[in-house]
Amino acid sequence: MIELQQVERDFEVGDEIVRALADVTLDIPDGDYVSVMGPSGSGKSTLLNVLGLLDRPSRGEYLLDTIETTDLHEEKRAALRRDHIGFVFQAFHLVARLSAAENIALPMILAGTPPAERKRRVEEVLESLGLSDRASHRPDQLSGGQRQRVAIGRAIVMRPGLLLADEPTGNLDQHSGREVIGLLEQLNSEGITLIVVTHDVAIGDRARRQIRMLDGRIDRDERDDAPA
Amino acid sequence: MRLPDLLDLATHSMAEARARTLLMLLAMSIGVASVVLLTALGEGARRYVVNEFEQLGTDLLIMLPGRTETTGGPPPLFGQTPRDLTIDDAQALLRHPGIERIAPITVGNAPVSYANREREVTIVGSTRDFFPVRRIQLGSGRLLPDIPPDRQSNVIILGADLKRELFENQAALGRWVRINDRRFRVIGILSPSGQSLGQDLGDMAIIPVASAQALFNSPSLFRVLIQARSKEDIESAREAATGIIRLRHDGEDDVTIITQDAMLGTFDKILRALTYTVGGIAAISLVVAGILIMNVMLVAVSQRVSEIGLLKALGGSERQVLRLFLTEAIMLAVAGALLGILISGLGILLVNHLYPSFPFAAPLWAPFAAAGVAVSTGLIFGVLPARRAARMDPVQALTGR
Repeated sequence: MIELQQVERDFEVGDEIVRALADVTLDIPDGDYVSVMGPSGSGKSTLLNVLGLLDRPSRGEYLLDTIETTDLHEEKRAALRRDHIGFVFQAFHLVARLSAAENIALPMILAGTPPAERKRRVEEVLESLGLSDRASHRPDQLSGGQRQRVAIGRAIVMRPGLLLADEPTGNLDQHSGREVIGLLEQLNSEGITLIVVTHDVAIGDRARRQIRMLDGRIDRDERDDAPA
Repeated sequence: MRLPDLLDLATHSMAEARARTLLMLLAMSIGVASVVLLTALGEGARRYVVNEFEQLGTDLLIMLPGRTETTGGPPPLFGQTPRDLTIDDAQALLRHPGIERIAPITVGNAPVSYANREREVTIVGSTRDFFPVRRIQLGSGRLLPDIPPDRQSNVIILGADLKRELFENQAALGRWVRINDRRFRVIGILSPSGQSLGQDLGDMAIIPVASAQALFNSPSLFRVLIQARSKEDIESAREAATGIIRLRHDGEDDVTIITQDAMLGTFDKILRALTYTVGGIAAISLVVAGILIMNVMLVAVSQRVSEIGLLKALGGSERQVLRLFLTEAIMLAVAGALLGILISGLGILLVNHLYPSFPFAAPLWAPFAAAGVAVSTGLIFGVLPARRAARMDPVQALTGR
């Protein structure tokens, strides 16, 4: 459950103050499927960063699962990110020197999960992604679609309630892109809250709820009752 | 984060940047090796000197004319006194039961000639007991005759080098050499044993003390060597010797008595200080290595910006990122220190192989101190880059800004 109350985010650019988010109030219930669209500079990435606890709002409140996050200490916010939020990036952000399995295990290493438990869960995730035979491959030995699937595996291995995807298909061809979206939607159907930031209208329209950002504000917030 | 995982991650990233890792290992190991090797050099010098003194015997006292009030410093080279230290004074010392032997010494430089060859050497005038007291061995011939010390005798014992230079390969025993206008018969050759207390034994000649006094026209002795009966008798011998001379010199303390221990202690102190000094100078190279580590780690941090952003997005806290980079720096420092200790160990083996007579060995504390300094340098110079990494803003880091 996500609740944003009049969230604003200002950036200082030289002498000027640029308002990347202005008066954003937003409720996203658990298990929702939301796309965030809008032109470049409309604040959609900033919104995603705030939602992912990577960025702190300048004003306003952000409650994640009823936890007020804006005043939390950095250590606590890191722990919340680790346990409640999964990220999928446009550029995958896999660690090049680690194998697919090791990349997926990374959040559990940060969490201090014992190795036996880690191994079991990595295997589970690889299995569900259909990547069991690629476990020991390094990212440069994987195709783009496989890389993004590994990244998704890493995002969900801690079983978070919220999955944030920033242009997840931006670096992929159409076929792999469809595959990745299919995977994300499948995870959503299993209960995870999915928020996708995208330029691609075809992808944005697939979401049950479509938010359009303009100049840091929510310009439109529509919900399809019958998903496409 | 669990420790094995921390070490594992650090190892992975070091293995990836192989050139960087090797460079840092090299710098660190050179620093550590130079500390260990230089302190080994200083320690070797100290052991060498201590060895020399111990060859002389620790039951030895040296009496010289003149009074110095200072204690502990180097012995005075020239004492000034109205009264001479005479052969009779020296002989009187033997009355004390704690004194085993004495050897009066007169020293001067004079040319020794044979046929048309001439060499200017140190002439030592002494008695038969000089040889056991100084532990000097004869190579051939016999010692000075057992005559009263105040009797002259025209006999001479040559150092091995002097003998070779005057006689080459001819037999020297029984020949007559000339010093100024006096003639001396060669009765012995010293064994080529090298040095005693820094003095080249090969390049000297020994004649009876009375003859030397006549030769140099000096009624006073240069030194009297006093050998105590045992190490325990040194103090009583020293007091007795002082008392005997005072009695003979109208109640005045006008001689100085030095124990071997005091001289040894002085040299020991000086050379220890020297060892610490060169060790400290070498430690500067460790600091240089530390700065290199810092520099290279800073580069590594800026190269791994997006990875740092990722770690933070995945839930890595500032503390974890800090720890990760610090672990890397310390692991490098430790590996470098181990490598350096290995290198210095091989270096010491090599030097010992090449110069077996020089006691070249690192003091026990040196490798530990060097490794300690190395690790703390890694820690100190690793903090800055690690903090830069830890404080990076995840959003900017992820977008590569």
